[in-house]
Amino acid sequence: MAYNVYFEDVNVGDELPGFKRRTDLMNWNRYAAINDEFIPIHMDDAAGRQGQNEQGAFGMGNLRTAYIHNMLRNWAGDEAEIREVGIQFRAINQKNDQLTTTGKIVEKYVDGNDHLVRIETNVVNQEGAGTAPGHAIICLPSRG
Amino acid sequence: MTTEQPETLVTQEMIDTRDKWSEPRKSWPVSASDIRRWAQGVYWPEVPPRLYWDEEYAKNTKWGGIIAPEEFNPFAFPLEGAYGQEAALAEVQGRPAPSTGTMGSGPGSNAMNGGQTIRYHAPIRPGDVISTTSALVDWNERQTRLGLTMFVTNETRWTNQNGELVCVKTQVSIRY
Repeated sequence: MAYNVYFEDVNVGDELPGFKRRTDLMNWNRYAAINDEFIPIHMDDAAGRQGQNEQGAFGMGNLRTAYIHNMLRNWAGDEAEIREVGIQFRAINQKNDQLTTTGKIVEKYVDGNDHLVRIETNVVNQEGAGTAPGHAIICLPSRG
Repeated sequence: MTTEQPETLVTQEMIDTRDKWSEPRKSWPVSASDIRRWAQGVYWPEVPPRLYWDEEYAKNTKWGGIIAPEEFNPFAFPLEGAYGQEAALAEVQGRPAPSTGTMGSGPGSNAMNGGQTIRYHAPIRPGDVISTTSALVDWNERQTRLGLTMFVTNETRWTNQNGELVCVKTQVSIRY
């Protein structure tokens, strides 16, 4: 049986374990190789600078979105349903950033047969700056 | 920015196409290997959850079989129309570079992914063929540190071969 978190066992204020990755060019390349995201601003420093990022090439927003999903799935387990994920890209993911996702339960509610939690999320860099605030709604299994 | 600022970045094409849904486009059939490889890419260097690659395991979960990570993109790697493909093709065939249209240089030609909200419904499974349709639904403009900046909202809807809704994505792109 799959590992999972039950609705009854979680509380508002609970924090999710972060998903952590250092994003270097190899890491971006690996993502480009599954999402076909071979876009010059993500690959080439000159193109990144042309795109107004002085430090050069910068990371894909979709990759940070994937890290959020990984955190959610790792925490909630395979019986949970990820119903909604929102993310805003407020700061650039620079090369070699050490990114850590964060998640905190801000609401817990029942809607019909669904046992739901709303989670505030972010992707924080090595300086502690939130780069991509967002939210998620997850339907958890219930013991009831 | 030293470039002269236009009064608006909104184009006639945007006004004309607002709320007009694109002709649905189909993905290649999703294979179990596509899903496994996606999961490997986003979890690297960890082995991804079994739900994404182990059918024996996955059939005993509530899903009854392998599903794709929610953010899986079945539209990656089209045979034609990939980003940069036309320009690269022109180069190998010795033709002049194609016009870059509105994505040339100057104000409005730079684009960034501003963010998105995705509502998930049916999961994507091996064998699925996903259809996508999208529309430009809204925009607004304001001055930012990048100069005049436009926030453009597009909505995309995916359905599977059974007509079930897979997801609705509301995406904001930033142009400056």
